[in-house]
Amino acid sequence: MDINTFYGLITLVLLVLFLGIVIWAYSGKRKKSFDEAAQLPLEENREESNSQRRKGNEHE
Amino acid sequence: MQSTIKYNENVVRQFALMTVVWGVVGMGVGVLIAAQLIWPALNFDVPWLSYGRLRPLHTNAVIFAFGGSALFATSYWVVQRTCQTPLFAPKLAAFTFWGWQTVILAAAITLPLGITQGKEYAELEWPIAILIAVVWVSYAVVFFGTIVQRKVKHIYVANWFYGAFIITVAVLHIVNNLAIPVSFTKSYPVYAGAVDAMVQWWYGHNAVGFFLTAGFLGMMYYFIPKQANRPIYSYRLSIVHFWALISIYMWAGPHHLHYTALPECAQSLGMVFSLILLAPSWGGMINGIMTLSGAWHKLRTDPILKFLVVSLSFYGMATFEGPMMSIKTVNALSHYTDWTVGHVHAGALGWVAFITFGAIYALIPKLYGKEEMHSIKAIELHFWIATIGVVLYIAAMWIAGVMQGLMWRAVNDDGTLTYTFIESLVATYPYYMVRLLGGVLFFAGMLLMAWNVWMTTRPVRETAPVKVAAQEA
Repeated sequence: MDINTFYGLITLVLLVLFLGIVIWAYSGKRKKSFDEAAQLPLEENREESNSQRRKGNEHE
Repeated sequence: MQSTIKYNENVVRQFALMTVVWGVVGMGVGVLIAAQLIWPALNFDVPWLSYGRLRPLHTNAVIFAFGGSALFATSYWVVQRTCQTPLFAPKLAAFTFWGWQTVILAAAITLPLGITQGKEYAELEWPIAILIAVVWVSYAVVFFGTIVQRKVKHIYVANWFYGAFIITVAVLHIVNNLAIPVSFTKSYPVYAGAVDAMVQWWYGHNAVGFFLTAGFLGMMYYFIPKQANRPIYSYRLSIVHFWALISIYMWAGPHHLHYTALPECAQSLGMVFSLILLAPSWGGMINGIMTLSGAWHKLRTDPILKFLVVSLSFYGMATFEGPMMSIKTVNALSHYTDWTVGHVHAGALGWVAFITFGAIYALIPKLYGKEEMHSIKAIELHFWIATIGVVLYIAAMWIAGVMQGLMWRAVNDDGTLTYTFIESLVATYPYYMVRLLGGVLFFAGMLLMAWNVWMTTRPVRETAPVKVAAQEA
């Protein structure tokens, strides 16, 4: 294979990979899961304000 | 406030305090060498205090001691909180603290003695380089071990950035430091000539891309949502820009070697990848800033949030300027001038230091069981003098750099150079003064922070149950 064909193919593969990531990230199916993940740093804020109430039923 | 999970906060406290200590040291040395450029007599004719030896001490202290300690502190905090599990291998975590501080002390001793590999940002000689590698691998074990034992389903995006930073820095450090020792304090790289230069700047630019960018983006993705008390603007954007950023940064290094013996095609490749980098960089900036949309009023009252958000403005500026400077024709003007120095400090002071200040101000009260920092007014003052300091610094270096570039390339009709080098140096003096003033202001802000942290963390008599504060150095 001509080296330039190879370069072209690599570019194509990477472009498809990138578009794949975009489609994966923006697909409606993932939305709920991402919304959950986005709450992770804030969970503690809630936990702190509820800490008295929840102390009993969490694993130490 | 006592959480139900027993997090390992000791190592976080240690690293957080050392961040402040090394910030004072590193920026203090920076002010000294800025003054030396104006008054060379300030080296007192002592070899250990000469500019050439103190400059690497400054860069190592601010990047690896100040920035590095901040990254250790925040990553250990963030990975525990977002995985809802204590640190994996706490003894190894303690080793990373003492090991890293040993590396810094060794750097502070060997660099003024003139013991160096002569590679920028990789000056430390082989025994220290080996210790760095051991500490770094231990860091990776602690960090990824914690992720493996997480109690939640997701790996929060901040951890992706921290993880990429940890893995990449390990690879970069080890590959760039492959050397043949000839004595305990001297070694020679296994690479030669243009290959050595390319490996060095592959390392050098990725040190910027992963140590000073990906790691601090991890900080951003936790502390901005946390401080604003709202989730990140777009979690999807964070994923896309993460993968784009880490894949593209890898290839940008050759822009440090424009118009050198490096093959032309490699130079052009470095330039093109640097230009593309604008997109993922701004993806991160937009994501962070837009997190505040609908809550802009918080910026008025919360100086910690000011630090965090303004850091992103500087990040946006620096990541626009960087691609622009990587264009070969622009680089022909900017390279080897003080414009480069200005660019680096727009990133280092404006982005890295600002986001660190914000994160540390947010962390310290939590680590010491306090409601907030001792003085909020002092944070506000720190913010303003630091901002004025950065602006003075980078504006002075922009003007000085463009002026130097234009003077160096000016030719007379007969083809001879219009200016001697010394003439460009004389013309730069006023800008060196402005830069020194900016540096002094920034350093003053750092001292104010140290005072504020001391007042917040010192053992207090009247409130009895504060037992955490006393227990370490």
